[in-house]
Amino acid sequence: MAFHVYTEEQQDMIALAKQFGEQAVDPVIAEYDEKGEFPEEIVNTGLEMGLQSLDFPEEWGGAGLSTKTACVTFEELAKHDTGVACAFSVTGTAIAPIMKYGTDAQKAVVQKKIFEEGGLASFCLTEPGAGSDSGASRTTAVKDGDKYILNGNKIFITNGGYAKLFLVIAATDKSKGNKGLTAFLVEKGAKGFSVGKEENKCGFRSSNTVELVFDNVEVSEDAVVGGVGNGFKMAMYALDHGRPYIGAVAVGLGQRALEEAVKYVKERQQFGRPIADNQGVQWMLADMEMQIESARCLVYHVAELIDEGQPITVNGSIAKCMATDAAMKVCTDAVQLFGGYGYMKEYPVEKLFRDAKIFQIVEGTNQIQRMVVARSLLK
Amino acid sequence: MKMLVCVKQVPDTTEIKIDPVKNTLIREGVPSILNPFDSYALEAAARIKDKDPSSTITVICMGPEQAKAVLKESLAIAADKAYLISGREFGGSDTLCTSYILSEAIKEIEKTEGKFDIILCGKQAIDGDTAQVGPEIAEHLGYPQVTYGLEAFVEDGMVKVKKEVEDGAEIIGIQTPCVLTFTKPSFDPRFPTIRRKMAANKANIPVLAFTDLPDIDPEKIGLKHSPTHVKKTFVPQKKTGGIKIQEETAEESAKKLFTLLSEAHVI
Repeated sequence: MAFHVYTEEQQDMIALAKQFGEQAVDPVIAEYDEKGEFPEEIVNTGLEMGLQSLDFPEEWGGAGLSTKTACVTFEELAKHDTGVACAFSVTGTAIAPIMKYGTDAQKAVVQKKIFEEGGLASFCLTEPGAGSDSGASRTTAVKDGDKYILNGNKIFITNGGYAKLFLVIAATDKSKGNKGLTAFLVEKGAKGFSVGKEENKCGFRSSNTVELVFDNVEVSEDAVVGGVGNGFKMAMYALDHGRPYIGAVAVGLGQRALEEAVKYVKERQQFGRPIADNQGVQWMLADMEMQIESARCLVYHVAELIDEGQPITVNGSIAKCMATDAAMKVCTDAVQLFGGYGYMKEYPVEKLFRDAKIFQIVEGTNQIQRMVVARSLLK
Repeated sequence: MKMLVCVKQVPDTTEIKIDPVKNTLIREGVPSILNPFDSYALEAAARIKDKDPSSTITVICMGPEQAKAVLKESLAIAADKAYLISGREFGGSDTLCTSYILSEAIKEIEKTEGKFDIILCGKQAIDGDTAQVGPEIAEHLGYPQVTYGLEAFVEDGMVKVKKEVEDGAEIIGIQTPCVLTFTKPSFDPRFPTIRRKMAANKANIPVLAFTDLPDIDPEKIGLKHSPTHVKKTFVPQKKTGGIKIQEETAEESAKKLFTLLSEAHVI
């Protein structure tokens, strides 16, 4: 296996995530996957540990770790379940713009609700008619005195049914497209704000994915995050911050699939010897390892750039795209190496294969990531 | 409540390697963990502290420098303070000597920290499996004790312990100061929090050496003064599992037993 040097702090976090994964997640996660149910108890345990607070400043209640350390933690968590890992990573994505651009009052809300009380957050951008094209958002925020009135629907919202805080992107000026968007901090229980349909998904089934409905939801103008008209910038900041998280989750997922495959090919006997003896199988394993390791290096590099305060838009897109494509390929190959057993729910790789697909789609499809990369070359 | 938890660092394996000459454990190369029973004692203390946040938890461990790892782990989980008791003079101590050293260390720590109300221990360590050290600490200190605790709580100012007995559990009230030992409860001990873990890594853990315990009697410690010696240690042969007959009714159980016995041509 490829070699990495981890700091003592990173080794500790990997060990902690492993302990949590082995003791709290592994014994029960198959059942949640089968039912498509959010493992609330497991996630609450993780929230008590502070897995939602990894790379946020200590002065505001975070754990004060580096983004790279957060990534190695998410990578280990994802080896046990990507849905559980993403409950925490998506919370980080949603609150990142608040911790960077929010007012002290908004940061204090995050400190209390997310870090101290142990809560999840949701990032609310996608709408039925606005996926990659966020400028087409139809959720509106209309100014009324010192308040805004929010109306519209958001879909495919991770953590939506369980979150305490929501970063909602709404149009304050529809005529301006992306420049007419504004980010709002909405708290659970706001009048007129409700959770709609819960999605029944192919994979990633332990993650909570819901529709959110805004029916004349009143928020104070103090709920605006980062200034009126800066919603697109806030959304991009959130997604940029989340790129290495998603990449790390994909790396962890791929790593798990590879480990399962390696174990299996050494045990599985055909023609009187382990199938691992076949060069064709060995080349598949080597390719799997090379893809995961390449992705890991890209993800760590992006995390380090963030820690150094460097811009990561292009590197983030490259890492997210490569890591999630690698995870899909590796999980597909893992099923192939398991043969017929790989397709059966009795064996672990079937779930990993279903879980992998979503990561090529979420937080910017891999086609959008390629657009970002190409645009940077051609500008 | 002022609580003190005694913990031990143990090898994380059932197939422990044994020095064939000295008949003691070879610790090198074996990953070490916090003795699981001690983690239950720590959890019991943490649960008392959950209800009464003014409580304090001090944790002590006797062992080499590397045993600080389990003290740091205890700090990350719930403890407020930790002390390592370490010295060549203590090496090779049997349970009687160990419990004597621990009780002397507790008295020494009490000089600065004040008297402890409850001393909590795991019922036994998974390496030696003697289940003697906890009760012996109680005897050295002259404290009352309850063993095989599942959980402890404070009710009307009195410490109460749910104790495992053969057919269930009984609840025993005990006066303080006291010693309690714990077995596996129905709940899992909590995970460390990340903030506590980071703080624990930076924590300075004081070491109490032989010279830091002025009242200790050197004739009562170490391999030389241990009244018991390990003659032989071996891995026991695994027993083959029996058959458990537990049908819905006694009649069905009897029928199943009859079928099994007749199939085996016993009757």
